[in-house]
Amino acid sequence: MGLLSKKDAALIKDPLLDNNPITIQVLGICSALAITAELKASIVMSISVLFVLGVGNVVISLMRNIIPSKIRIIVQLIVVATLVIIVDLVLKAFAYELSKTLSVFVGLIITNCIIMGRFEAFALGNGPWRSFLDGIGNAVGYGIILIAVGFFRELLGSGTLLGFKVLGDPIEKTGLYAIGYENNGFMLLSPMALIVVGIIIWVQRSKNKSLIEEA
Amino acid sequence: MSKRTDSNSYTMIFAIVMVVIVGSLLAFLASSLKPAIKENERIEKQQNILYAMGVNENDESSATFVSTSVAGEEFAKYIKKQIVIEGDKISENDEAYLIDVKKQQANAKEGKTRKLPLFIGEKDGKTYYVAPIRGKGLWDAIWGYVSMDENMVVQGAYFDHKGETPGLGANIKQRYFMDDFYGEHLLTEAGVFKGITVAKGNNDPKNEDKTDYEVDAIAGATITGDGVSAMIKKDLALYVPYFKSLKK
Repeated sequence: MGLLSKKDAALIKDPLLDNNPITIQVLGICSALAITAELKASIVMSISVLFVLGVGNVVISLMRNIIPSKIRIIVQLIVVATLVIIVDLVLKAFAYELSKTLSVFVGLIITNCIIMGRFEAFALGNGPWRSFLDGIGNAVGYGIILIAVGFFRELLGSGTLLGFKVLGDPIEKTGLYAIGYENNGFMLLSPMALIVVGIIIWVQRSKNKSLIEEA
Repeated sequence: MSKRTDSNSYTMIFAIVMVVIVGSLLAFLASSLKPAIKENERIEKQQNILYAMGVNENDESSATFVSTSVAGEEFAKYIKKQIVIEGDKISENDEAYLIDVKKQQANAKEGKTRKLPLFIGEKDGKTYYVAPIRGKGLWDAIWGYVSMDENMVVQGAYFDHKGETPGLGANIKQRYFMDDFYGEHLLTEAGVFKGITVAKGNNDPKNEDKTDYEVDAIAGATITGDGVSAMIKKDLALYVPYFKSLKK
Protein backbone atom coordinates (compact mmCIF):
# COMPACT_ATOMS: atom_id res chain seq x y z
CA MET A 1 0.00 0.00 0.00
CA GLY A 2 1.96 2.95 -1.29
CA LEU A 3 -0.64 5.44 -0.18
CA LEU A 4 -0.32 4.65 3.49
CA SER A 5 2.66 4.76 5.77
CA LYS A 6 3.60 1.50 7.43
CA LYS A 7 1.99 2.52 10.68
CA ASP A 8 -1.24 3.52 8.99
CA ALA A 9 -1.38 0.32 6.98
CA ALA A 10 -1.10 -1.65 10.20
CA LEU A 11 -4.26 0.07 11.41
CA ILE A 12 -6.17 -1.56 8.58
CA LYS A 13 -4.35 -4.88 8.52
CA ASP A 14 -4.09 -5.77 12.19
CA PRO A 15 -7.81 -6.01 12.96
CA LEU A 16 -8.27 -8.39 10.05
CA LEU A 17 -6.40 -11.21 11.75
CA ASP A 18 -4.05 -10.71 14.67
CA ASN A 19 -6.18 -8.15 16.44
CA ASN A 20 -9.58 -9.18 15.10
CA PRO A 21 -12.40 -7.45 17.00
CA ILE A 22 -14.44 -10.63 17.45
CA THR A 23 -11.88 -13.36 17.92
CA ILE A 24 -9.20 -11.40 19.81
CA GLN A 25 -10.76 -8.27 21.26
CA VAL A 26 -14.05 -10.12 21.90
CA LEU A 27 -16.13 -7.14 20.81
CA GLY A 28 -19.35 -7.39 18.84
CA ILE A 29 -20.11 -10.94 19.94
CA CYS A 30 -23.77 -10.17 20.62
CA SER A 31 -24.58 -9.23 17.04
CA ALA A 32 -22.47 -12.11 15.78
CA LEU A 33 -24.84 -14.42 17.65
CA ALA A 34 -28.04 -12.64 16.75
CA ILE A 35 -27.98 -12.18 13.01
CA THR A 36 -25.72 -14.82 11.52
CA ALA A 37 -28.43 -17.40 10.86
CA GLU A 38 -28.26 -16.40 7.21
CA LEU A 39 -25.54 -15.05 4.99
CA LYS A 40 -27.46 -12.09 3.61
CA ALA A 41 -28.11 -10.61 7.04
CA SER A 42 -24.42 -10.99 7.91
CA ILE A 43 -23.40 -9.09 4.80
CA VAL A 44 -25.92 -6.29 5.36
CA MET A 45 -24.84 -5.93 8.96
CA SER A 46 -21.16 -5.85 7.99
CA ILE A 47 -21.71 -3.06 5.49
CA SER A 48 -23.79 -1.05 7.97
CA VAL A 49 -21.14 -1.37 10.64
CA LEU A 50 -18.43 -0.43 8.16
CA PHE A 51 -20.24 2.81 7.44
CA VAL A 52 -21.16 3.70 11.01
CA LEU A 53 -17.77 2.83 12.47
CA GLY A 54 -15.86 4.69 9.76
CA VAL A 55 -17.89 7.88 10.07
CA GLY A 56 -18.41 7.60 13.83
CA ASN A 57 -14.71 7.22 14.52
CA VAL A 58 -13.97 10.39 12.54
CA VAL A 59 -16.69 12.39 14.31
CA ILE A 60 -15.53 11.29 17.76
CA SER A 61 -11.92 11.93 16.83
CA LEU A 62 -12.75 15.48 15.70
CA MET A 63 -14.56 16.08 18.99
CA ARG A 64 -11.94 14.38 21.15
CA ASN A 65 -10.50 17.57 22.57
CA ILE A 66 -13.80 19.10 23.62
CA ILE A 67 -15.61 16.05 25.01
CA PRO A 68 -15.78 16.24 28.82
CA SER A 69 -14.24 13.02 30.13
CA LYS A 70 -16.96 12.51 32.73
CA ILE A 71 -19.70 12.06 30.18
CA ARG A 72 -17.69 10.77 27.25
CA ILE A 73 -19.52 7.45 27.04
CA ILE A 74 -22.87 9.21 26.84
CA VAL A 75 -21.53 11.56 24.19
CA GLN A 76 -20.31 8.58 22.17
CA LEU A 77 -23.68 6.92 22.48
CA ILE A 78 -25.45 10.06 21.30
CA VAL A 79 -23.15 10.41 18.32
CA VAL A 80 -23.67 6.87 17.13
CA ALA A 81 -27.42 6.93 17.79
CA THR A 82 -27.79 10.20 15.89
CA LEU A 83 -25.81 8.90 12.93
CA VAL A 84 -27.81 5.73 12.72
CA ILE A 85 -31.16 7.49 13.03
CA ILE A 86 -30.24 10.02 10.35
CA VAL A 87 -29.31 7.25 7.96
CA ASP A 88 -32.49 5.36 8.79
CA LEU A 89 -34.71 8.42 8.19
CA VAL A 90 -33.04 9.32 4.92
CA LEU A 91 -33.32 5.74 3.68
CA LYS A 92 -36.99 5.59 4.69
CA ALA A 93 -37.69 8.69 2.63
CA PHE A 94 -35.60 7.95 -0.44
CA ALA A 95 -34.86 4.22 -0.50
CA TYR A 96 -37.79 2.68 1.29
CA GLU A 97 -37.17 -0.91 0.33
CA LEU A 98 -33.56 -0.83 1.45
CA SER A 99 -34.62 0.72 4.75
CA LYS A 100 -37.01 -2.18 5.35
CA THR A 101 -34.14 -4.61 5.03
CA LEU A 102 -32.00 -2.57 7.38
CA SER A 103 -34.59 -1.63 9.99
CA VAL A 104 -33.82 -4.65 12.14
CA PHE A 105 -30.17 -3.72 12.31
CA VAL A 106 -30.60 -0.12 13.43
CA GLY A 107 -31.00 -1.00 17.08
CA LEU A 108 -28.29 -3.61 16.86
CA ILE A 109 -25.77 -1.15 15.44
CA ILE A 110 -26.38 1.45 18.14
CA THR A 111 -25.83 -1.06 20.91
CA ASN A 112 -23.00 -2.88 19.17
CA CYS A 113 -20.09 -2.90 21.56
CA ILE A 114 -17.53 -2.88 18.77
CA ILE A 115 -18.56 0.68 17.95
CA MET A 116 -18.36 2.00 21.49
CA GLY A 117 -15.23 -0.06 21.97
CA ARG A 118 -13.35 1.56 19.10
CA PHE A 119 -14.56 5.06 20.00
CA GLU A 120 -13.31 4.61 23.52
CA ALA A 121 -10.10 2.75 22.73
CA PHE A 122 -8.96 4.56 19.63
CA ALA A 123 -10.86 7.60 18.34
CA LEU A 124 -10.65 9.47 21.64
CA GLY A 125 -6.85 9.48 21.48
CA ASN A 126 -6.05 9.70 17.77
CA GLY A 127 -6.50 12.03 14.82
CA PRO A 128 -9.38 11.73 12.33
CA TRP A 129 -7.46 10.06 9.50
CA ARG A 130 -5.96 7.37 11.66
CA SER A 131 -9.33 6.90 13.40
CA PHE A 132 -11.00 6.47 10.05
CA LEU A 133 -8.49 3.75 9.10
CA ASP A 134 -8.96 2.06 12.45
CA GLY A 135 -12.73 2.13 12.01
CA ILE A 136 -12.57 0.63 8.53
CA GLY A 137 -10.04 -2.01 9.59
CA ASN A 138 -12.06 -3.13 12.56
CA ALA A 139 -15.33 -3.12 10.67
CA VAL A 140 -13.82 -5.30 7.95
CA GLY A 141 -12.32 -7.64 10.54
CA TYR A 142 -15.73 -7.88 12.17
CA GLY A 143 -17.39 -8.42 8.80
CA ILE A 144 -15.08 -11.28 7.83
CA ILE A 145 -15.98 -13.27 10.92
CA LEU A 146 -19.65 -12.41 10.62
CA ILE A 147 -19.77 -13.57 7.03
CA ALA A 148 -17.83 -16.73 7.82
CA VAL A 149 -20.21 -17.62 10.64
CA GLY A 150 -23.23 -16.72 8.52
CA PHE A 151 -21.90 -18.91 5.70
CA PHE A 152 -21.60 -22.02 7.84
CA ARG A 153 -24.80 -21.49 9.76
CA GLU A 154 -26.90 -20.97 6.67
CA LEU A 155 -25.22 -23.79 4.74
CA LEU A 156 -25.47 -26.40 7.49
CA GLY A 157 -28.68 -25.12 9.08
CA SER A 158 -30.90 -24.43 6.10
CA GLY A 159 -28.92 -25.98 3.26
CA THR A 160 -29.02 -22.67 1.40
CA LEU A 161 -26.67 -19.77 0.65
CA LEU A 162 -28.17 -16.33 0.17
CA GLY A 163 -31.46 -18.15 -0.16
CA PHE A 164 -30.35 -20.44 -3.00
CA LYS A 165 -30.81 -24.13 -2.38
CA VAL A 166 -27.21 -25.21 -2.96
CA LEU A 167 -27.61 -28.66 -1.45
CA GLY A 168 -30.86 -29.59 -3.15
CA ASP A 169 -34.41 -29.46 -1.88
CA PRO A 170 -35.03 -31.02 1.55
CA ILE A 171 -38.73 -31.51 0.96
CA GLU A 172 -38.53 -32.87 -2.58
CA LYS A 173 -35.48 -34.93 -1.52
CA THR A 174 -33.19 -33.91 -4.36
CA GLY A 175 -29.41 -33.36 -4.41
CA LEU A 176 -27.66 -34.32 -1.19
CA TYR A 177 -30.97 -34.95 0.53
CA ALA A 178 -31.60 -37.86 -1.82
CA ILE A 179 -28.83 -39.83 -0.11
CA GLY A 180 -30.16 -39.17 3.36
CA TYR A 181 -28.51 -35.87 4.30
CA GLU A 182 -30.47 -33.75 6.77
CA ASN A 183 -30.17 -30.09 7.71
CA ASN A 184 -28.95 -29.48 11.21
CA GLY A 185 -31.66 -27.26 12.68
CA PHE A 186 -29.41 -26.69 15.66
CA MET A 187 -27.17 -24.50 13.52
CA LEU A 188 -29.96 -21.94 13.30
CA LEU A 189 -30.01 -21.33 17.03
CA SER A 190 -27.77 -18.73 18.63
CA PRO A 191 -25.63 -21.10 20.75
CA MET A 192 -24.23 -22.62 17.58
CA ALA A 193 -22.93 -19.20 16.52
CA LEU A 194 -20.89 -19.14 19.69
CA ILE A 195 -19.54 -22.59 18.93
CA VAL A 196 -18.66 -21.61 15.35
CA VAL A 197 -16.89 -18.47 16.65
CA GLY A 198 -15.12 -20.70 19.17
CA ILE A 199 -13.90 -22.99 16.41
CA ILE A 200 -12.60 -19.99 14.45
CA ILE A 201 -10.76 -18.75 17.55
CA TRP A 202 -9.29 -22.21 18.08
CA VAL A 203 -8.06 -22.50 14.49
CA GLN A 204 -6.64 -18.99 14.58
CA ARG A 205 -4.74 -19.50 17.81
CA SER A 206 -3.32 -22.84 16.89
CA LYS A 207 -1.95 -21.29 13.69
CA ASN A 208 -0.45 -18.34 15.51
CA LYS A 209 0.74 -19.40 18.94
CA SER A 210 1.72 -15.86 19.91
CA LEU A 211 -1.99 -15.04 20.28
CA ILE A 212 -2.43 -17.48 23.14
CA GLU A 213 -2.64 -15.68 26.46
CA GLU A 214 -0.52 -16.89 29.39
CA ALA A 215 -2.65 -18.92 31.73
CA MET B 1 -3.53 18.24 36.75
CA SER B 2 -6.95 19.40 35.80
CA LYS B 3 -8.04 20.07 32.30
CA ARG B 4 -10.56 22.69 31.26
CA THR B 5 -12.85 19.92 30.09
CA ASP B 6 -12.99 18.34 33.55
CA SER B 7 -14.89 21.10 35.31
CA ASN B 8 -18.50 20.56 36.26
CA SER B 9 -19.79 23.71 34.61
CA TYR B 10 -18.08 22.81 31.32
CA THR B 11 -19.58 19.35 31.46
CA MET B 12 -23.07 20.76 32.08
CA ILE B 13 -22.83 23.32 29.30
CA PHE B 14 -21.42 20.75 26.89
CA ALA B 15 -24.25 18.35 27.66
CA ILE B 16 -26.93 21.01 27.22
CA VAL B 17 -25.51 22.36 23.96
CA MET B 18 -25.07 18.90 22.54
CA VAL B 19 -28.59 17.80 23.41
CA VAL B 20 -30.06 20.96 21.88
CA ILE B 21 -28.07 20.60 18.68
CA VAL B 22 -28.76 16.89 18.25
CA GLY B 23 -32.40 17.25 19.27
CA SER B 24 -33.16 20.04 16.82
CA LEU B 25 -31.24 18.35 14.03
CA LEU B 26 -33.23 15.14 14.41
CA ALA B 27 -36.53 16.97 14.88
CA PHE B 28 -35.92 19.03 11.76
CA LEU B 29 -34.94 16.01 9.72
CA ALA B 30 -37.86 13.93 10.95
CA SER B 31 -40.48 16.55 10.21
CA SER B 32 -39.08 17.50 6.82
CA LEU B 33 -38.89 13.90 5.67
CA LYS B 34 -42.26 12.93 7.11
CA PRO B 35 -44.37 13.53 3.98
CA ALA B 36 -42.04 11.40 1.85
CA ILE B 37 -42.03 8.62 4.44
CA LYS B 38 -45.85 8.70 4.77
CA GLU B 39 -46.22 8.46 1.02
CA ASN B 40 -43.88 5.45 0.93
CA GLU B 41 -45.92 3.75 3.64
CA ARG B 42 -49.16 4.44 1.81
CA ILE B 43 -47.83 2.88 -1.38
CA GLU B 44 -46.51 -0.07 0.58
CA LYS B 45 -49.97 -0.75 2.01
CA GLN B 46 -51.42 -0.82 -1.48
CA GLN B 47 -48.66 -3.17 -2.61
CA ASN B 48 -49.26 -5.44 0.40
CA ILE B 49 -52.99 -5.68 -0.26
CA LEU B 50 -52.43 -6.37 -3.95
CA TYR B 51 -49.79 -8.95 -3.07
CA ALA B 52 -52.21 -10.84 -0.84
CA MET B 53 -54.76 -11.15 -3.64
CA GLY B 54 -52.12 -12.43 -6.03
CA VAL B 55 -51.33 -9.22 -7.92
CA ASN B 56 -47.55 -9.26 -7.75
CA GLU B 57 -44.44 -9.86 -9.75
CA ASN B 58 -43.26 -13.04 -8.07
CA ASP B 59 -40.88 -15.19 -9.99
CA GLU B 60 -40.03 -18.73 -8.99
CA SER B 61 -38.92 -18.08 -5.43
CA SER B 62 -38.86 -14.38 -4.60
CA ALA B 63 -41.71 -12.29 -3.23
CA THR B 64 -41.93 -9.17 -5.38
CA PHE B 65 -44.54 -6.42 -5.24
CA VAL B 66 -45.89 -4.59 -8.24
CA SER B 67 -43.56 -1.65 -8.75
CA THR B 68 -44.17 1.49 -6.72
CA SER B 69 -44.82 3.59 -9.81
CA VAL B 70 -47.88 1.57 -10.82
CA ALA B 71 -49.13 0.57 -7.35
CA GLY B 72 -51.76 3.31 -7.23
CA GLU B 73 -53.07 2.47 -10.69
CA GLU B 74 -53.17 -1.28 -10.06
CA PHE B 75 -54.83 -0.71 -6.72
CA ALA B 76 -57.60 1.29 -8.35
CA LYS B 77 -57.95 -1.34 -11.07
CA TYR B 78 -58.16 -4.46 -8.89
CA ILE B 79 -59.72 -3.25 -5.65
CA LYS B 80 -63.38 -2.74 -6.48
CA LYS B 81 -64.71 -1.79 -3.10
CA GLN B 82 -63.32 -0.88 0.30
CA ILE B 83 -65.66 -1.31 3.21
CA VAL B 84 -65.52 -0.56 6.89
CA ILE B 85 -67.39 -2.86 9.27
CA GLU B 86 -68.36 -1.19 12.52
CA GLY B 87 -70.52 -3.46 14.63
CA ASP B 88 -73.57 -4.07 12.44
CA LYS B 89 -72.95 -1.08 10.23
CA ILE B 90 -71.15 -1.50 6.96
CA SER B 91 -70.03 1.57 5.07
CA GLU B 92 -68.02 2.14 1.95
CA ASN B 93 -64.88 4.20 2.26
CA ASP B 94 -62.25 4.66 -0.41
CA GLU B 95 -59.61 5.38 2.16
CA ALA B 96 -60.31 2.34 4.30
CA TYR B 97 -56.85 0.99 3.57
CA LEU B 98 -55.38 3.87 5.52
CA ILE B 99 -57.16 2.81 8.71
CA ASP B 100 -54.56 2.17 11.40
CA VAL B 101 -55.16 -1.37 12.63
CA LYS B 102 -53.02 -0.79 15.71
CA LYS B 103 -55.14 2.16 16.75
CA GLN B 104 -58.35 0.21 16.18
CA GLN B 105 -57.06 -2.66 18.32
CA ALA B 106 -56.34 -0.17 21.09
CA ASN B 107 -59.85 1.27 20.69
CA ALA B 108 -61.32 -2.19 21.03
CA LYS B 109 -59.42 -2.69 24.27
CA GLU B 110 -60.91 0.49 25.67
CA GLY B 111 -64.38 -0.83 24.87
CA LYS B 112 -64.98 1.34 21.80
CA THR B 113 -66.14 -0.27 18.55
CA ARG B 114 -63.34 -1.32 16.33
CA LYS B 115 -63.44 -0.33 12.70
CA LEU B 116 -62.73 -3.35 10.54
CA PRO B 117 -61.55 -2.53 7.05
CA LEU B 118 -62.08 -5.09 4.31
CA PHE B 119 -60.93 -4.71 0.72
CA ILE B 120 -62.91 -6.41 -1.97
CA GLY B 121 -60.94 -7.06 -5.11
CA GLU B 122 -61.58 -8.80 -8.37
CA LYS B 123 -59.09 -10.63 -10.53
CA ASP B 124 -59.83 -12.89 -13.49
CA GLY B 125 -63.49 -12.92 -12.56
CA LYS B 126 -62.85 -14.11 -9.03
CA THR B 127 -63.68 -12.07 -5.94
CA TYR B 128 -61.11 -11.67 -3.17
CA TYR B 129 -61.75 -10.37 0.32
CA VAL B 130 -58.57 -8.97 1.84
CA ALA B 131 -58.39 -8.30 5.57
CA PRO B 132 -55.53 -6.74 7.55
CA ILE B 133 -54.26 -8.46 10.69
CA ARG B 134 -51.80 -7.39 13.32
CA GLY B 135 -50.14 -8.98 16.34
CA LYS B 136 -46.97 -9.53 18.31
CA GLY B 137 -43.90 -11.49 17.28
CA LEU B 138 -40.87 -12.22 19.41
CA TRP B 139 -39.36 -8.73 19.46
CA ASP B 140 -41.89 -6.37 18.02
CA ALA B 141 -45.03 -6.00 15.93
CA ILE B 142 -45.94 -8.37 13.12
CA TRP B 143 -48.75 -7.76 10.67
CA GLY B 144 -50.13 -8.97 7.42
CA TYR B 145 -52.91 -9.15 4.88
CA VAL B 146 -54.92 -12.28 4.20
CA SER B 147 -57.11 -12.64 1.15
CA MET B 148 -60.02 -15.05 1.26
CA ASP B 149 -62.88 -16.17 -0.94
CA GLU B 150 -66.48 -15.95 0.24
CA ASN B 151 -66.12 -19.26 2.13
CA MET B 152 -63.15 -17.93 4.07
CA VAL B 153 -60.69 -20.15 2.28
CA VAL B 154 -57.35 -18.39 2.15
CA GLN B 155 -56.38 -17.22 -1.34
CA GLY B 156 -53.12 -15.58 -0.44
CA ALA B 157 -51.28 -14.02 2.46
CA TYR B 158 -48.65 -11.43 3.05
CA PHE B 159 -46.79 -11.10 6.35
CA ASP B 160 -44.34 -8.50 7.53
CA HIS B 161 -42.57 -7.65 10.75
CA LYS B 162 -40.77 -4.83 12.42
CA GLY B 163 -37.86 -6.56 14.09
CA GLU B 164 -37.96 -10.34 14.00
CA THR B 165 -34.64 -12.20 13.99
CA PRO B 166 -33.10 -12.30 10.51
CA GLY B 167 -32.93 -15.86 9.21
CA LEU B 168 -35.48 -17.12 11.74
CA GLY B 169 -38.64 -15.17 12.58
CA ALA B 170 -38.00 -12.73 9.77
CA ASN B 171 -38.66 -15.58 7.36
CA ILE B 172 -42.41 -15.20 7.80
CA LYS B 173 -42.19 -12.86 4.83
CA GLN B 174 -40.55 -15.51 2.68
CA ARG B 175 -42.48 -17.15 -0.09
CA TYR B 176 -42.09 -20.68 1.27
CA PHE B 177 -43.93 -19.69 4.41
CA MET B 178 -46.55 -17.34 3.00
CA ASP B 179 -47.43 -19.65 0.10
CA ASP B 180 -48.32 -22.45 2.52
CA PHE B 181 -51.40 -20.53 3.55
CA TYR B 182 -52.92 -20.71 0.10
CA GLY B 183 -56.01 -22.87 0.09
CA GLU B 184 -56.14 -23.37 3.86
CA HIS B 185 -59.62 -23.32 5.35
CA LEU B 186 -60.46 -20.99 8.22
CA LEU B 187 -63.92 -22.41 8.89
CA THR B 188 -64.84 -25.97 9.74
CA GLU B 189 -67.37 -27.73 7.57
CA ALA B 190 -70.03 -26.78 10.08
CA GLY B 191 -69.08 -23.14 9.60
CA VAL B 192 -67.34 -22.63 12.92
CA PHE B 193 -64.24 -20.42 12.84
CA LYS B 194 -61.12 -22.41 13.61
CA GLY B 195 -58.29 -20.34 12.18
CA ILE B 196 -54.89 -21.61 11.11
CA THR B 197 -52.15 -22.73 13.46
CA VAL B 198 -48.48 -22.49 12.62
CA ALA B 199 -47.60 -25.91 13.90
CA LYS B 200 -44.41 -27.81 14.56
CA GLY B 201 -44.25 -31.37 13.31
CA ASN B 202 -47.61 -31.42 11.61
CA ASN B 203 -46.35 -34.21 9.32
CA ASP B 204 -47.36 -32.20 6.31
CA PRO B 205 -44.33 -30.13 5.30
CA LYS B 206 -45.48 -29.95 1.69
CA ASN B 207 -48.76 -28.64 2.97
CA GLU B 208 -50.91 -30.94 0.92
CA ASP B 209 -53.71 -31.26 3.45
CA LYS B 210 -55.58 -27.99 3.16
CA THR B 211 -58.21 -28.76 5.75
CA ASP B 212 -55.97 -29.54 8.74
CA TYR B 213 -56.02 -25.89 9.90
CA GLU B 214 -52.25 -26.06 10.15
CA VAL B 215 -49.23 -24.87 8.22
CA ASP B 216 -45.67 -26.01 8.82
CA ALA B 217 -43.69 -23.83 11.23
CA ILE B 218 -40.27 -22.31 10.62
CA ALA B 219 -37.46 -23.97 12.59
CA GLY B 220 -36.11 -21.64 15.24
CA ALA B 221 -39.01 -19.23 15.03
CA THR B 222 -41.49 -20.69 17.50
CA ILE B 223 -42.62 -17.46 19.10
CA THR B 224 -42.97 -15.57 15.83
CA GLY B 225 -44.97 -18.50 14.47
CA ASP B 226 -47.22 -18.50 17.53
CA GLY B 227 -47.71 -14.77 16.95
CA VAL B 228 -48.82 -15.45 13.39
CA SER B 229 -51.32 -18.09 14.57
CA ALA B 230 -52.61 -15.74 17.24
CA MET B 231 -53.17 -12.79 14.96
CA ILE B 232 -54.93 -14.93 12.38
CA LYS B 233 -57.25 -16.42 14.98
CA LYS B 234 -57.95 -13.16 16.76
CA ASP B 235 -58.33 -10.70 13.94
CA LEU B 236 -59.89 -12.84 11.23
CA ALA B 237 -62.51 -14.21 13.61
CA LEU B 238 -63.95 -10.71 13.73
CA TYR B 239 -64.84 -10.93 10.06
CA VAL B 240 -66.88 -14.12 10.40
CA PRO B 241 -70.25 -12.34 10.84
CA TYR B 242 -69.65 -10.42 7.62
CA PHE B 243 -68.88 -13.58 5.66
CA LYS B 244 -71.97 -15.26 7.16
CA SER B 245 -74.07 -12.32 6.03
CA LEU B 246 -72.81 -12.82 2.47
CA LYS B 247 -74.50 -16.21 2.39
CA LYS B 248 -77.93 -14.98 3.25
